[in-house]
Amino acid sequence: MTSKTAAADSKAVRPKPGPPREYRFPSFERRTLENGLQLVVAPVTKLPLVTVAVLVDAGAVCDPTGREGTAELAAKLMVEGTVKSDGGELTERFERIGASIDAHADWDAAAVTMTVLVEHLAEAFDLLGEVIRTPAFRAREVERLKAERLGELLQLRTEPGGLADELFSRFLYAPTSRFAHPDGGNEQSVEAIERQHIVAFYDTRYLPGSATVIVTGDVSVDQAEQLVRRALGEWKGGAAPRILGDDHPVKRERGVHIIAKTDASQSELRLGHVGIQRNHPDFFPVNVMNAVLGGLFNSRINLNLREVHGYTYGAFSSFVWRRQAGPFVVSTAVKSDITDAAAREILTEIDRMRAEPITDDELSLATSYLDGVFPIRFETTAAIAAALGVLVLHNLPEDYYDRYRERVRSITADQILAAARTYLHPDELQMVVVGDPAVVRAPLEALGFGKTTVYDTHGNPAL
Amino acid sequence: MRIPIETFRLPNGLFVTLSEDHTAPIVAVNLWYHVGSANERSGRTGFAHLFEHMLFQGSEDVASNEHFELVARAGGTLNGSTWLERTNYFETVPSNQLELALWLEANRMGKLLPAMTQQKLDNQRDVVMNERRWSMDNQPYGSWMEKLPALCFPDEHPFHHSLMGSMDDLAAASLDDVAQFFRTYYTPDNAVLSIAGDFEPADARRMIEKHFGGIPHGGGKPPLPDMSLPPVFGQWKREVVPDDVMLPRLFLAFRSPAFGTEEYYAASVCGAVLGLRNGSRLRRRLVRERQIASDVSAFTYDLSKGSDLLVIDATARPGIGAEQLEQEVAYEIDTIVRDGFEESEVQRAIAVIQTAFVSGMQEAGDRADRLSMFATYLGRPEAINEEVDHYQAVTTAHVNEFVRERLGENNRASLLYVPREETPNELVAAGNAAEAQ
Repeated sequence: MTSKTAAADSKAVRPKPGPPREYRFPSFERRTLENGLQLVVAPVTKLPLVTVAVLVDAGAVCDPTGREGTAELAAKLMVEGTVKSDGGELTERFERIGASIDAHADWDAAAVTMTVLVEHLAEAFDLLGEVIRTPAFRAREVERLKAERLGELLQLRTEPGGLADELFSRFLYAPTSRFAHPDGGNEQSVEAIERQHIVAFYDTRYLPGSATVIVTGDVSVDQAEQLVRRALGEWKGGAAPRILGDDHPVKRERGVHIIAKTDASQSELRLGHVGIQRNHPDFFPVNVMNAVLGGLFNSRINLNLREVHGYTYGAFSSFVWRRQAGPFVVSTAVKSDITDAAAREILTEIDRMRAEPITDDELSLATSYLDGVFPIRFETTAAIAAALGVLVLHNLPEDYYDRYRERVRSITADQILAAARTYLHPDELQMVVVGDPAVVRAPLEALGFGKTTVYDTHGNPAL
Repeated sequence: MRIPIETFRLPNGLFVTLSEDHTAPIVAVNLWYHVGSANERSGRTGFAHLFEHMLFQGSEDVASNEHFELVARAGGTLNGSTWLERTNYFETVPSNQLELALWLEANRMGKLLPAMTQQKLDNQRDVVMNERRWSMDNQPYGSWMEKLPALCFPDEHPFHHSLMGSMDDLAAASLDDVAQFFRTYYTPDNAVLSIAGDFEPADARRMIEKHFGGIPHGGGKPPLPDMSLPPVFGQWKREVVPDDVMLPRLFLAFRSPAFGTEEYYAASVCGAVLGLRNGSRLRRRLVRERQIASDVSAFTYDLSKGSDLLVIDATARPGIGAEQLEQEVAYEIDTIVRDGFEESEVQRAIAVIQTAFVSGMQEAGDRADRLSMFATYLGRPEAINEEVDHYQAVTTAHVNEFVRERLGENNRASLLYVPREETPNELVAAGNAAEAQ
């Protein structure tokens, strides 16, 4: 009962921080090979480890219409066999030297990423070159990965969180937008992809002029360049035209979209609208604003839903960053019978963010967190490579990471209010609830938020 | 690869491990209490975990949720987790904030009870119930976390019951239970404190003595019952679970040697040969070649008392039935029991483990957590520096001996998830019935 007062009285006993030690984001150097291939190297000598990421402008936004999922399949197939080695043998060649190798496409780019002990770096690098330059796309592996994707889609029907994410995008973006469809493709589009489409996608998108090799870890810039030249110096083919995704929102009134899952003990709730692109000039105020709204554990939304009301294990908001506008989304899972109350609290917090400036305490909490935690984000070679990938992908300035902390610290409460008023749009919110309609439908209708529709797990309206 | 390690013990019993690394101005503070769900008494399942939540609700000098706020304001990250044998709490902060993290941990170790209220307990009980719904009840296959230990350990064994606890037991937990649990288990002599990263050992020692030194030694905790079990189950235990899932999934467990024993390393390597990364035996055979499974992995629980579990986790490809999945996994295991692994398979696994180990040493928080683990279970944090040697010493003969002794039919427990018949029309009808009301 008295803990609050006691805490306030005893502030004097709290240890004061010592003088901060300087930290700089690892310095990196860029080079360009004659074939147009970009190289970014950050030597980090903490441990005998190196991460190499080959970033290719071949993300899901490049998918041909009707064959959505091509980019993801192509990326995954990169490590499923070369002309020289079938998939099993290729995997064996990487793993017997302990190298981890993964390939994946997100919206904006494909990435083949490898982490290896420095003693095996040269051999691993040559293997990586073989992977990038001579993938075989054997029909058997194409069919296998297609079937695995179809299995994933099947599984999604009973996975409330994943289903909520997928259908949220569908209710947010115009049907013509690539963002309205799952990045890995849906049943029809994946079925339509054949080996020849993968080969054509590779031939037109996987080009040295559209690729960047990022090397982080226990290696010098010259060593890295030498290895890249040997592995990828002969890679020919120019560059692919940049494709930007269509990020138009669907023209729609506010609505509640209930995906029926009978007897669900919880509702998976998503509430949001189309946000802004990553290299937007207001990235910093928006990022700090979101930290206060729902980005931190001590954010307004999480404290309200979790700590004040006990509605949920956690509730968070985020702006999803892409080259084009990704979603702004509030996500949580709440006990079924208070779904409406939880939604109301989230709406209240969004409105409050726009109505009045945040307090000095809230501002300093968010900025000192983002400022202080900065070095902790880059402890691993993989994390540093990912950060450099963001720089490359979104054309951020070379001193972006050097200036990040001062820019965060310079944000004011007025800028945050302006950001909230400009980039939070209560009138455009869509609500997706994966839950039990018998429990949640009537209370959600009574909220008066918008038209309520019930769908099956494929997103088809119920009758 | 060796990391520097320094240890000492305070007069109140707190065991401290320090590991310096000045490459970045970051420091991790990690505290393991040697108490987990295994220490719960019957009727109070889930209590160790609920208690973990209560430790973030403030202490005498820290208001509710202020722990989160102070660490965030310092630019740090934090969390806690509960396991069968231990509960841990950790922060990674800028190195000039080390003393704040230590003070916060000391304040809740020494002065938790004055801040406990019924309202906080009720609130966190609701949060935990929602955590249970989110992570288990409303998650396809989510119940495996409590069903597998229940299947593999005898009824009265401390590892048998649910870590997350039953809703009834959670509802029954009282403030008195909180106080009693705290006094019994949250004592300096039942804890290990590890610090890894950018600090001067002399400074750290001074801070630790200042903030933890005054906390009294505990009165001892009730001993756990004898946890030893025969090396094998003695039969093939089976449980079939109809669930709201689309694809069958099999958890196949084997009783295996406890973490920290010499034999553990052969078991751990065996798990990696079977299911670590795409080149592993079961991924190659069942996912790539025979296309029975859409995914397979294998892991050990790393239990240090009595015995451990080695578990294969396999999800069927669409079109493969539950029975077939189980038969095909068993067929692969039978083949391995009969013929053993190839040398190259074992060498691949050890190489992959070695890279993963070095990768895992990059973050101060992970390093501190491993140090606490070795200190808590083995009393020897230095064991972290012997890990790579232990793994490299494992031979194909060791692994094959383990396979023959432990992967046979007399040491298997299958937990098999089977899709419950779905009737989409019913789902839709439910929505419309609600509309009619």
